[in-house]
Amino acid sequence: MKKVGIIIKREYNTRVKKKSFIILTLLMPVLFAAVTILPTYLATMNDTEERTVAVYDGSGIFLGRLESTEYTKFHFIPKEEYDKLRDNLKDSKYYAILAIPPSVVTTNNVELLSEKNVPFDLKNNIDHNLSSILEKDKRSALLKEAAVPDLEQKLEAARTNIHVNTIRIGDKGEEHKSSTEIAMVLGYIFGFMIYIFIFIYGTMVMRGVMEEKQNRIVEVIISSVKPFELMMGKIVGIALVGLTQFAIWVVLFIGIFQAAKGFIPDMSPEQAQNLMAQSQMSGQMENVAQSSQMQEIFSMMSSINFPLIIGCFFFFFIGGYLLYSSLFGAVGSAIDSEEDAQQFTLPVTIPLIIAIIVMMNAITNPEGPIAFWFSLIPFTSPVVMMVRIPFGVPAWELILSMVLLVATFIGTVWVAGKIYRTGILMYGKKPTWKELGKWLTYRS
Amino acid sequence: MELFSAHDVVKNYNKFRALSEVNISVAEGSIFGLLGPNGAGKTTLIRIINQITAPDSGKLEFKGRPLKAEDVFRIGYLPEERGLYKKMKVGEQALYLAQLKGMSRRDAMKQLKYWFEKFDITPWWDKKVMELSKGMQQKVQFICTVLHQPELLIFDEPFSGFDPINADLLKNEILKLRDKGATIIFSTHNMASVEELCDHIALIDKSKKILDGPTQEIRQQYKSNIFEVEYRGDYESLTRNLGNAYQILRNEPSETAHKLAVQFVNGSTPNELLRGLLEHVEILSFNEIIPSMNDVFIKVVTENKPN
Repeated sequence: MKKVGIIIKREYNTRVKKKSFIILTLLMPVLFAAVTILPTYLATMNDTEERTVAVYDGSGIFLGRLESTEYTKFHFIPKEEYDKLRDNLKDSKYYAILAIPPSVVTTNNVELLSEKNVPFDLKNNIDHNLSSILEKDKRSALLKEAAVPDLEQKLEAARTNIHVNTIRIGDKGEEHKSSTEIAMVLGYIFGFMIYIFIFIYGTMVMRGVMEEKQNRIVEVIISSVKPFELMMGKIVGIALVGLTQFAIWVVLFIGIFQAAKGFIPDMSPEQAQNLMAQSQMSGQMENVAQSSQMQEIFSMMSSINFPLIIGCFFFFFIGGYLLYSSLFGAVGSAIDSEEDAQQFTLPVTIPLIIAIIVMMNAITNPEGPIAFWFSLIPFTSPVVMMVRIPFGVPAWELILSMVLLVATFIGTVWVAGKIYRTGILMYGKKPTWKELGKWLTYRS
Repeated sequence: MELFSAHDVVKNYNKFRALSEVNISVAEGSIFGLLGPNGAGKTTLIRIINQITAPDSGKLEFKGRPLKAEDVFRIGYLPEERGLYKKMKVGEQALYLAQLKGMSRRDAMKQLKYWFEKFDITPWWDKKVMELSKGMQQKVQFICTVLHQPELLIFDEPFSGFDPINADLLKNEILKLRDKGATIIFSTHNMASVEELCDHIALIDKSKKILDGPTQEIRQQYKSNIFEVEYRGDYESLTRNLGNAYQILRNEPSETAHKLAVQFVNGSTPNELLRGLLEHVEILSFNEIIPSMNDVFIKVVTENKPN
């Protein structure tokens, strides 16, 4: 056992000290943050350039009704000026000309003339402004025609937005406010993470085994330790590398989001409002709804059993990892070169790929038969069960799935140990499946 | 006294028989040559001694008692297929391998310092293995094999990858280890080095041991009454007068002296031949040819072929 410890230490140290590991581990959260936070940040940041748009209103409907915002000013001009401006926009103080033809009510077409490409936000702003003014006019004309008293208020009152509160009844009859959306997001994140981790670290085991075989160091080592000890030392050492990386990521993510939380609200309240006002005219109302929704999300988050999810994550990660990494290790021992790897890794990776496909289905239908069966089958259960857990899974299913997983990885580790033991000492020829089968029967 | 012995060792890989009832006995403090053509079963036997694989049947004894799992700490093994982690530093790697052989970090450091100084390779300590030449790597590998002062050393083709100077250095180290009391099992296809180093040999062919004994005795045993005569004089008159008790294998004429190889038949003796020759030519030297291990190997293995 002491020797396995020495092996674990080496496997762990050489990988954790690698530059590529350190860079990837530190860079991943930064990249992730950049991908998620930066666009939001930029959206609140951009467009501080003041633009004045000359408006020639041929229809006369919009005069004085286009509201200027902080950075976009509308300036109405008469026809003569418009004709002049059209020819030398470049030298004028205007950024663009909005030309509204008299026929706008029927054609719904206006022109925005500019020297440059008009920013999307500006175009959107004009679009919304004009549409809502016209819509309002048409509406009030209709309302007038109908001549029903207080129709406008009545219509406003008739606007409805149903909110479905999902409540889960627990085993003891207690009620939890649940959120399908949050469960979906969590399930997706955890399921996918298990998939990625098994893949990355499983193949790392394979490459580690191949390295030892290609370097021809393996026979030197197994004259001191049993092949099984060497294999397990490698598997455990690499698992610890994975867990280390995971732990660092958790810490970094928490750190980054804490930093981001203190960073975004600071600069955003009115800008965020602006942003929303641009997309939805009834900005005020939405805001209120939004903040109450946030509260709701938090109350739902607290109803989710995080200790269970995290505990299961570790269990299924380790179980799934042991299952697959032992098989990857066996593949690594059986082959001589990277080129031969394809043929043997495919059967190992197919169940993993199936798991990820089933995951997509399970996320929309966590109680369905597909989700149920694939969360019990040990080769797919680590991914699929993780997707189901945030939705709530009956205890017996969870336990059955765990027991099956443990039984299977004991089996695969045993099989892998047998193949490994023979494979690492075989040089020169690519074994056939039949030969791999024979190796199982060799006496150690 | 015998340090290691194997009795009736049998190993099968399914229907393929790798070893059938092989017996060997290695005396303490000796160099034991394990010979045989490729695929004969040598590596399987070596792996069994190292407990990398277990025999299907048979007994293995170490110092007069059954071989135990912990005995791997008393054995040093330099396999034919050998190498090191390419990206690991030399010193770190040597420490790792020493610890796997049961040494404490401190002992390993002390021993490594001694050997690195002896081989004049201290500056390599922090170099990655991939930065070293093949010969340098072999030196490191050799140190890793002997570092834990094993009582039994097993070298499988130890000289491959060494230039003649370093091969000589290594050979002397092996002899020194033997003189200090280590027992060595030595497997190679280089028969010259077998003659030079081995006290005792065993030859395995097609899973069976077909020859076993002290190196010198075996060579004596395989001599076939061939004498080499160096002479000055007329070859023609020599052959005319030699009679049919001898068979001339070859004659190498040269300006100073000719060389003749003669084999005796019909039980004639060297003295008779010498007497016969003296009358016709001038004898410069007269030697019995003792077959080289190379000749013995080829003869024994060829005779062992079926048909």
